[in-house]
Amino acid sequence: MSKKSLLPLLPAALVLLVPVATQSPYLLHMFILSLLWITLGQSWNLLGGYTGQISYGHAAFFGVGAYTTAIMVKSGQSPATAWWGLLLGGLAAAVVGALIGWICFRLRGSYFALSVLALSEVLRLVAVNFRQLTNGAEGILFIPAFTQKTYYYYIALALAAVNFGVIRWVMRSKPGYYFLAIREDQDCAESLGIDTTRYKLFSLLISSFFTGAAGAFYMNYMGFIDPGIVFSIPDISIMMILVTMLGGAATMWGPAVGAVIFILVSEIFRVWVGAGHLLFFGVLIVAIIIYFPSGIVGGLMNWRARRKRLSAAPAA
Amino acid sequence: MTALVTMNDVTKRFGGLQAVGHMTFSLNTGEILGLIGPNGAGKTTIFNLINGYYAPTGGTILFKGERIDGLKPHTICRLGLARTFQVVKPLARLTVLENVMVSAFSRTNRRDEAERTALETTAFTEMDAWRDVRAGSLPLGMRKRLEMARALATKPEVLLLDENFAGLNPTEVENTIEIVKKIHGSGVTILIIEHIMRVIMSISHRIICINYGEKIAEGTPREVADNQQVIDAYLGVA
Repeated sequence: MSKKSLLPLLPAALVLLVPVATQSPYLLHMFILSLLWITLGQSWNLLGGYTGQISYGHAAFFGVGAYTTAIMVKSGQSPATAWWGLLLGGLAAAVVGALIGWICFRLRGSYFALSVLALSEVLRLVAVNFRQLTNGAEGILFIPAFTQKTYYYYIALALAAVNFGVIRWVMRSKPGYYFLAIREDQDCAESLGIDTTRYKLFSLLISSFFTGAAGAFYMNYMGFIDPGIVFSIPDISIMMILVTMLGGAATMWGPAVGAVIFILVSEIFRVWVGAGHLLFFGVLIVAIIIYFPSGIVGGLMNWRARRKRLSAAPAA
Repeated sequence: MTALVTMNDVTKRFGGLQAVGHMTFSLNTGEILGLIGPNGAGKTTIFNLINGYYAPTGGTILFKGERIDGLKPHTICRLGLARTFQVVKPLARLTVLENVMVSAFSRTNRRDEAERTALETTAFTEMDAWRDVRAGSLPLGMRKRLEMARALATKPEVLLLDENFAGLNPTEVENTIEIVKKIHGSGVTILIIEHIMRVIMSISHRIICINYGEKIAEGTPREVADNQQVIDAYLGVA
């Protein structure tokens, strides 16, 4: 193996060794939240960034995943068993995704975006009012399985890594090319033999699965949810978009960069400023759209491509 | 000669407007059939009907004896019927090669095979030099060429070419004629819409002229060119 092929292993090793380097619960908490948001951002990115199907309501899938785990524990499963909820939460969210996609993806444009927004609100109201199942607005509380944050760190890392790996693999194979084609021009995609309804649905299934699994992880980790937290439009749905846009939609590393910045800034606001982080993110997103429409990673890639072209120009 | 695509008494209405009326014709295996007519005559609508973008209001469309009217465009494409768009539709943020790979995937699930088909197709359509350019920054001539390359990479039996010569300079027109002949030579049956008479007269075996959605003449290029109704439709009646 050459030196170059070993190079990408270095950050991987660093990430694996974080809990060895620090046992500080606070720092680990920051890392865990970052990993959670990397998964959330990347899941939104697959559907919104690569496939061009904008969702304003991914909290629907996050909440369904979280409540799946919560209801498992409430109905008598031990919190340790509830880790299966990661898978179950993902599957439940994917079923919800399949339903809404099956209905809405025959249509184009903003129908899907608005329907998912409505869906997440409907689900929030169901969670508030269906008290027998969800304990209503009081939410569900249980004592998490582990007291050590190290476990959560590795589980969040595994989730983010699987999510990243799956999406990278998909984007390098046939469905990935089809997603891009659908984003660029749906009529053209159809005429090139692409069943656009089916492939939009496929993208949504992967996206909603990982969002649901992340929701289930959130429940397992925090030990408490209520409808206002997990079905929140500003705190979940919009932040998933912001994380992706900030880092760079339709780039592999954009959501990761966006997630880390998002967690850092949120923490700065929480500790030193108090309220106002939503206002700040609102201003930030406007600034990104105006000055950095491709996000940080996307902007850097464009800049590098431009430099390459400029340095190649005299030879042409 | 066997009919590969047949339109049987096909009508398409948009509300009160009849875009195509009682259209009946056959595209025979191995031929190049030209479709001409003034602007708004219904040529592109016929393509949209064959391609499945519209379902006909009445009548049937057959491909190799099977009905295809009412099927979706992606199904029709997989059956072996590809088209280009008059108003070009490049997948703007993908490179030329990626554009062609997308359509090559209609015949394979493997990325390496799709890439090989795309490399062959871009070579065949003489787009090699443009492979790594983003489709959105191509000049018009190459965008038109990309439409053909992409349609070709779906390995069609029938190719519908919608004004692929419009807006090209004389050199590009000559090149494109050669490429169309090459495509035809490889065994693809072609239905072509074109306004440039020099092109359509020189490459078509037969020509159909339509006006107001109805067929007004059909025959060899010579016959159609001499037809009084065709002359009236194009030049106006004195």
